[in-house]
Amino acid sequence: MHIPDGYLGPETYIPLMGAFVAAAAVAVVKVKKEVAAKNIPYLGMAAAFSFIIMMFNLPIPGGTTGHAVGAAVIAILLGPWATVMAVSVALIIQALIFGDGGITAIGANCFNMAVFMPFVAYWIFKMFRMKSEKPRRIFFAAFAAGYISLVLTAVLTAVEFGIQPLIATAADGKALYCPYDLSIAIPAMAIEHLVLFGVAEGLVTAFVVRYFFNHDRENIYAMQKGKRHE
Amino acid sequence: MVLIILTPIGIFLPMAFDAGDAWGEWSADTVESLIGYVPEGLQKYSDTYQAPIADYSMNADDPSLGNQSGYYILSGLIGAALTLGVTWLLSKMIIRK
Repeated sequence: MHIPDGYLGPETYIPLMGAFVAAAAVAVVKVKKEVAAKNIPYLGMAAAFSFIIMMFNLPIPGGTTGHAVGAAVIAILLGPWATVMAVSVALIIQALIFGDGGITAIGANCFNMAVFMPFVAYWIFKMFRMKSEKPRRIFFAAFAAGYISLVLTAVLTAVEFGIQPLIATAADGKALYCPYDLSIAIPAMAIEHLVLFGVAEGLVTAFVVRYFFNHDRENIYAMQKGKRHE
Repeated sequence: MVLIILTPIGIFLPMAFDAGDAWGEWSADTVESLIGYVPEGLQKYSDTYQAPIADYSMNADDPSLGNQSGYYILSGLIGAALTLGVTWLLSKMIIRK
């Protein structure tokens, strides 16, 4: 899901960079307001966790590879705004140091995986949990948050790929950037994430949330009582 | 830590199941073999930047799977440490006041 350089034209990557910068600016204000100093190490560990989890490439036999992102579990445990920061750092380091994801596409990749995904995951978790304290309900809500948020993020990425042929073509009708349109990109991205990578994200989210629910439930951001984000 | 040591699974599994690049992450050469040409913009942008440790490998030409696993683990260590450090510093700067 790391869009490389050359797949998105400037008409796409510049607005997405703008959207990401705006979200990051809000995230700075929000993190300052709602993250306690004692949670700074957790934020760092969450970012490193996301970096590592993205290295676990899972194969579709004979086809493509993909991976979980970890943004869903971080959004539930530390809140979506803290996740914006943690996952963006991981993604920017992947692009700058390891060439995973393009430089021109940093805004797009961060917007997809570090802004869109954690908010979707957070809302889905709250929607499915419905303030329940039952472990099974929480496990299920966490799985759904991971599964659905990764699939929707894949679809968003596919839309960004798929609109390229509509926006820009060379004079001879050949593609300038991503050559595949929406009718190919969306099914390709949606199916592989529905079948495999989404399940991985869902399971990681469910098991890690279950661990924290059993051991440190007062600190789960999405379950804190008396605050408006419950 | 355990996770970092296990990262080579991320190379072995795709190899074992004969899976190629992630969808939409092909190199310019692969795109050419897929559609018969390299889109002009893709060509132009695709080599604008050379990452210092491209594809999580210090030596992409090394055929040894063992060495590649080592590079992958090392990349995981470097990347995770950098990510942790940068996030820590950033949040310290933000949260301090």
